[in-house]
Amino acid sequence: MMPDLGKYAFAVLASYGVSVLLVLGIVVLSVWQGARVRRALAEVEARQGKTDG
Amino acid sequence: MSIWEYANPKKFMQTSGLVLPWVAGLSALCIVAGLVWGFFLTPDDYRQGSTVKIIYLHVPSAMMAINAWGMMLVTSLIWLVRRHHVSALAAKAAAPVGLTFTVIALVTGAFWGQPMWGTWWAWDPRLTSFLILTLFYLGYIALWQAVEDPDTAADLTAVLCLVGSVFALLSRYAVLFWNQGLHQGASLSLDKKENVADVFWVPLVVCIAGFVLLFLTLVLVRTRTEIRARRLSALLARERMA
Amino acid sequence: MFRLLTRDLRLAVRAGGGFGLGLAFFLLVAVLVPLGVGPEGAVLARIAPGILWVGALLACLLSLDRIFALDFEDGSLDLLATSPMPLEGVVAVKSLAHWLVTGVPLVLVSPVLGVLLNLPVQGYGWLVLSLALGTPALSVIGAFGAALTVGVKRGGLLLSLLVLPLYVPTLIFGAEVVKRGAAGLTVGTPVLLLAGITLGAAALLPFASAAALRVNLR
Repeated sequence: MMPDLGKYAFAVLASYGVSVLLVLGIVVLSVWQGARVRRALAEVEARQGKTDG
Repeated sequence: MSIWEYANPKKFMQTSGLVLPWVAGLSALCIVAGLVWGFFLTPDDYRQGSTVKIIYLHVPSAMMAINAWGMMLVTSLIWLVRRHHVSALAAKAAAPVGLTFTVIALVTGAFWGQPMWGTWWAWDPRLTSFLILTLFYLGYIALWQAVEDPDTAADLTAVLCLVGSVFALLSRYAVLFWNQGLHQGASLSLDKKENVADVFWVPLVVCIAGFVLLFLTLVLVRTRTEIRARRLSALLARERMA
Repeated sequence: MFRLLTRDLRLAVRAGGGFGLGLAFFLLVAVLVPLGVGPEGAVLARIAPGILWVGALLACLLSLDRIFALDFEDGSLDLLATSPMPLEGVVAVKSLAHWLVTGVPLVLVSPVLGVLLNLPVQGYGWLVLSLALGTPALSVIGAFGAALTVGVKRGGLLLSLLVLPLYVPTLIFGAEVVKRGAAGLTVGTPVLLLAGITLGAAALLPFASAAALRVNLR
């Protein structure tokens, strides 16, 4: 059920493709950085025997 | 119960942790629904053909690109006046997200402009202003990364954000003066006659809601990361001292 | 205050480099552009206002990091900050000194470079006027950027990234004055707007620069 995009198919698909890539990029980056920092923090907290925060 | 309670990082972490899954889910729902609706279920415009579908990405991202800077301005002011660290970190967290939206707006605009105006890029006031906005975002992010002491960096970037806002507005008007526009007027306004047709309007609003929520989600995630990173470096510093 | 001004001027002249370099750069831009674009007079006359303004702006940028960096390194900035003179005043004086050693020479040589770029006769007055009105804004805005980046090692590139977007309004109105002047149109509006930007920047930005300096000296 792909709609008929006519002669502008490239423009439309490219816009959607690039935007989705960019949004996914920033989401993955944010989540990845978050996970990394959380792991590092958990490790240090466990080492110091403190678990608040 | 006041909003300043959330200036306490611990309180902020608790509440944002609770809210985050809902905001994230809702934003994903709105964006997917809005884009699917817009892409598959709306008719082509009689003049623009299928390129009208780009509006569902272009308009929300452009709106959020500007609103993100506005949010950074507010949080920078709060940081300068009330010295709440969460506020400064939220501004830091918002900048890359705002930059991403700015780039999306520029890229989708270029893809739309190529068939419609016959050019990828025109030195039109709106386009030029957005390019300048990109530069402001880049400078802001670069300054955060260049300054090592976190509080110094927060202060300097907050000052830059204030001054930058004034100059961004000045540039906006300077650019208007410099060249007349090719870009169409506002797609959304309270005046119904100015608006785009209803078939396009409803999915567009859904998309805008989705992008607002997406921005919120990302800022929350990134602010939480920044708070954890700050705590991490504090703990490490304590370890070195001991 | 006057002492500080003369001290800065003397340092700039003795140290050399700084302001001669800006002028040489400006000259080079005016020489390189025709080599790149081609020698047709009509084309050069059309782009001359923009090239001259961009050249002046970049020449100004070259010496910005010297405004505070040297004083920051040898500690005299700390002394100035603890002196009875308000830091805002220090910033204003230092911007003025920077303008006197870079902006004014640029204004003075610009007509010569106008000849190289085949600027139409009626444009010369406006070129000098617009640069005279606009370069103080470049110095004041640049001082703000220098104040932000004074603590950053190798801040030169960062400084350009921060300052160039802030130069946009000045550049647009300044080049517009020359463009309209060279074409024989009325120039009242851009001249007034350019003067407004310069005055507004000179009045307000020293406060922001001083705030940034205080943070960096903390």
